[in-house]
Amino acid sequence: MSTAVKHVIADRGDFSWSSLLRRWETLLVAVLFLVVAVGSVSLREFLDANNLADSTFNFSEKALIALAMTLLIIVREIDVSVAGILAVAAVAMGYANTLGVPAAGLAVIGIAVGAICGGLNGLLVTRFGIPSIVVTIGTMSLYRGIALVVLGDQAYTNYPDALSDWGQGYVFGLIPREFIVLLAFASLFALLLHGTTFGRRIYAIGSNPVAARFSGIAVDRYRLALFILAGTMAGVAAVLLTGRIGSTRPNIALGWELEAITMAILGGVSIAGGSGTIGGVLLAVFTLGMVTYGLGLANVPGIIMTIMIGALLLITITVPVLLRAGAGARR
Amino acid sequence: MTWRAIRLGPWLKLREVQLALILVVLVAVIGVRAPVFLSGKSIDSLFTDSSILVLMVLAQMLVIVTRGIDLSVAANLALCGMAVALLGQKFPGLPVALLIPIAMACGLALGAINGALIGFLNLPPIVVTLGSMSVFRGSIFVLSGGAWVSSHQMTPSFINFPLERLLGLTHLVWFALAAALLAGYVARHTRFGRELYAIGNHPVSARYVGVPAARRLFAVYAISGMVAGLCGYLWVARYAVAFTEIAYGFELNVIAACVIGGISIAGGVGSVLGAVLGALFLGVINNALPIVQISPFWQSAITGAVIVVAVVLNAREGQRTGKQILPLHRSASETEMPPSVLEAKA
Repeated sequence: MSTAVKHVIADRGDFSWSSLLRRWETLLVAVLFLVVAVGSVSLREFLDANNLADSTFNFSEKALIALAMTLLIIVREIDVSVAGILAVAAVAMGYANTLGVPAAGLAVIGIAVGAICGGLNGLLVTRFGIPSIVVTIGTMSLYRGIALVVLGDQAYTNYPDALSDWGQGYVFGLIPREFIVLLAFASLFALLLHGTTFGRRIYAIGSNPVAARFSGIAVDRYRLALFILAGTMAGVAAVLLTGRIGSTRPNIALGWELEAITMAILGGVSIAGGSGTIGGVLLAVFTLGMVTYGLGLANVPGIIMTIMIGALLLITITVPVLLRAGAGARR
Repeated sequence: MTWRAIRLGPWLKLREVQLALILVVLVAVIGVRAPVFLSGKSIDSLFTDSSILVLMVLAQMLVIVTRGIDLSVAANLALCGMAVALLGQKFPGLPVALLIPIAMACGLALGAINGALIGFLNLPPIVVTLGSMSVFRGSIFVLSGGAWVSSHQMTPSFINFPLERLLGLTHLVWFALAAALLAGYVARHTRFGRELYAIGNHPVSARYVGVPAARRLFAVYAISGMVAGLCGYLWVARYAVAFTEIAYGFELNVIAACVIGGISIAGGVGSVLGAVLGALFLGVINNALPIVQISPFWQSAITGAVIVVAVVLNAREGQRTGKQILPLHRSASETEMPPSVLEAKA
């Protein structure tokens, strides 16, 4: 074993332009530019600063959930109950509001309820070894059901102004406060995932959970933490969404789990785990946001956007496989 | 006495038997609280109301057994339902006997798209069907222009068919029964069915023994789509209305019923009986709530709680493969190759 090492394994690969060009994020940047270019040429109002800034309202809360979903998918888990958690958190806030809890207290309650719900998911997954998709399909019904039981066909309204300041307010009179919150959280998540041991371990678990366990990573504790994180982010989204729309109905954020998952996967996060970046997800969020915004300006109904988003998802996962198959056939 | 104990024991360990017993107890408890639930009319409507779910669950079961999942079934159902509703509206002369095959063909075509992507391109089922779900759902709007097709735009024969009776049972129930028998035969006694289990148990081994996995996966998603198409007609005719949002979120009910029925999301495990019982379980809960005068708002919470309890119980009794890290380590060291072999390799 003392002979000269034959192969040097570098800490990171050599930089090369071709590998940069082949990165998923590069493709997303290109698509984003294309969308913005087409939009600004064909629609006069597209590049209006106020319009652009306001368009971020449409995706900021969902993107917050998508950030946490990204980490979960990287460790090979998934949480389809996030929208249900959001509903429970929002209902808890609405109920607390009727008791006269001030705005700051409401925010704490919303986020805490989210964390607790996420913790229940995490406990079920880690303690009983149940696949997370099964657990969260169950808890999705459960959480949404709790919201339905509490609210029925009623709605909570009359939230304090401090809350709507967070949901509807602007910074410098232009940029929505929600968007700033999103950017802050995105930076935090990027730092966590790409700059800390915690983040490296998340990749390690996603690449091979058994090997990660053998390397001394407390895999289940990481999983639990990430489920709690997903619940917490759903709670944060509940606070912002409640502030923005000013009312809570049991069907709040219906179907958001699928949009958050779509954002993550479009962002290049592999459903098989172990790969994906926050930057990619953020680019996917912006791309989807710009597509939605452009179609909205062009008066295309919202449901058509559903087709576009679904098609975009299918195309983005199919094209690389076809390209690879083509390259394999040529060789 | 002893022989009876010996023979009952293994039976009671069977998940299907346990589920059936729980179901019987549940029905009995509801029956005590509200005797009307046990009336023939109520039981009849229970089966009729559960039929579409049973059909969908049977198809989803075949998919889940291969380690897959089909999230697009509800959107597929709604799209095919809308297609036949519009067709029936444009051409009132079309007989139901023709509309049903059209609905099935429509579903088959949509399912084949999923199947091609998953089987031949090896893409992850959850992502593919998530995407196609959005596309199908949006396409309903494009097809209908956002309009509703309501009962007065449908012919009486179109609406009446699912609830017409043959030998005392509604056509819906006959469809479900036929599908259950067919699925039971396919899953247990045909090469196709066994190969689905093989793929789900161990995809690599399945390929080694010559299972054409790509073609089987293609077929199973196409079948899932075909059943969704059939249910599309049945749903639209049964409720006498078609619009963009019908059966929204129904895919999760279908998967929930599979989970309750003991079909493992990890693949390779599950029986037709379990699937049917899982669907009936949800059907009983849905039908019993109004009868025992519990607000329908409780339905979702109760369903969710049932799923969580069911999977926890299942995980406790089942082999906990997710937790075998240390035993695996021991067995790995036992089967370690002797040093001489390692040296020879180096």
